[in-house]
Amino acid sequence: MSMPFYVSPEQLMKDRAGYARKGIARGRSVVVVQYDDGIAFATENPSRALHKISEIYDRIAFAAVGKYNEFENLRVAGVRYADLRGYSYDRVDVTARGLANAYAQTLGTVFTTESKPLEVELVVVEVGREPTGDQIYRLSYDGSVADEHGWVVMGGQAERLGGLLGAGWRPGMTLAQALGLAVQVLGSAPDDGEPRTLTAAQLEVAVLDRTRPRRAFRRLTGALLEDVLGGDGSPTGGGGVDSP
Amino acid sequence: MTLHDSSGRLPQAFTTPGSSSFVDFLAGHAPDLLPGRRPVPAGELQAPHATTIVALAFEGGVVMAGDRRATMGSMIASRHIEKVFPADEFSAVGIAGTAGLAIELVRLFQLELEHYEKIEGSLLSLDGKANRLATMIRGNLGLALQGLAVVPLFAGYDLDRAVGRIFSYDVTGGRYEEHEHHAVGSGSVFARGSLTKRWRPGLDTSTAVRVAVEALVDAADDDSATGGPDRARRIWPVVATVTEAGYLRVPDEDLAAAVDVVENGRRSARREGGAR
Repeated sequence: MSMPFYVSPEQLMKDRAGYARKGIARGRSVVVVQYDDGIAFATENPSRALHKISEIYDRIAFAAVGKYNEFENLRVAGVRYADLRGYSYDRVDVTARGLANAYAQTLGTVFTTESKPLEVELVVVEVGREPTGDQIYRLSYDGSVADEHGWVVMGGQAERLGGLLGAGWRPGMTLAQALGLAVQVLGSAPDDGEPRTLTAAQLEVAVLDRTRPRRAFRRLTGALLEDVLGGDGSPTGGGGVDSP
Repeated sequence: MTLHDSSGRLPQAFTTPGSSSFVDFLAGHAPDLLPGRRPVPAGELQAPHATTIVALAFEGGVVMAGDRRATMGSMIASRHIEKVFPADEFSAVGIAGTAGLAIELVRLFQLELEHYEKIEGSLLSLDGKANRLATMIRGNLGLALQGLAVVPLFAGYDLDRAVGRIFSYDVTGGRYEEHEHHAVGSGSVFARGSLTKRWRPGLDTSTAVRVAVEALVDAADDDSATGGPDRARRIWPVVATVTEAGYLRVPDEDLAAAVDVVENGRRSARREGGAR
């Protein structure tokens, strides 16, 4: 009988984290950005059917990057969690915080106990009646949670795009300004390359609109999206994207 | 109900790929939350009953209306009960029968449609929705046999065919498509007679609303379990239209006006029914 090799827990976790990070880095980034009447989501995704952004509950949405089958599984679990909770108690008792905790536990348990970590990164977002009530939770493959404010970028080039977005974002932007900024950031090229102009057909865009009475989630597609992007595509009033 | 397993992660049932049906998910994970799975002790049970619902098709959609009375034996249990609900954006469901169970069933049905929409990213067809409701009624048969029956009326706008359609059910989950109009509940006999006389093809929205209100007034006239329009308390029936634009509840002022038209018409014709 051969002896199993000894691997230190430190090395094991490092290997798993490296593996998960590599998987996530392959995907295209998702941008989440707060605007005056809600929270907007944008990502480069030519597919009309396979979504990275979706509705979870009345005022809660979900966005993910990484391996599709893994985050789709988590999304369905989230919808089941929210619907069961809302049915057992009341619709107002379903919160993004509760869901983020459930996801964090799940990701953390898989990361430490199973042979392969989940190659995903998620955000769970709840829109409040006022901008101060907005909640944005960012969850990593290892179950760590961060409470974000204003904007988040996830995915392969999160760090670079986050820098660009952070420089251009300010509170109280309109939807057109916020989306214009998000799309500009998504189309920016690394290392002073030529930036691309992304069209409505290449984008998946959705919003959580705080002015809607119950279900705040709405997808923006086709002509509607073109209108929003074309109407005031470039952020104005000092909100331009500066190179960091 | 368990929302977490012992490790704190989401339970296996949540992450198991499966159907897009919330009812199926409940049946596997928390069957005690399904109305039809609960045992009811033997013996007579007194519970509030909801009564008359009418639905009729008009040019471009359907109207559904329900009175506001719930009775328990010969007592009035509620004057404010609502029995017509949006099932989703393009359909309405009205309920007659044991009120508690019926309202629970409506909640579950609304959730069933929304759950499907969220999981699949698309709406069910109108026939699909009607069939899901039939399955849920069938699941309630055990309770129905013990006297706790729920009989819904379902109506919606068929986005594929661009028409309003109406479906009725029996306690065994039998699903029947109704043409023109239909009514369920204790006052339905009188409401149906009224609808038969008043309904015409190609009604416009406001006339359709008035015909529905008049059918309820007629039902309330002869059925003690159906409540008429209550002028003193300003309680009007719940009336909703479902069209291409979606589910829309008719505002109280419009209903008050419709009731006026019906009652004034009878008063000026010196009919007994307009004397109130």
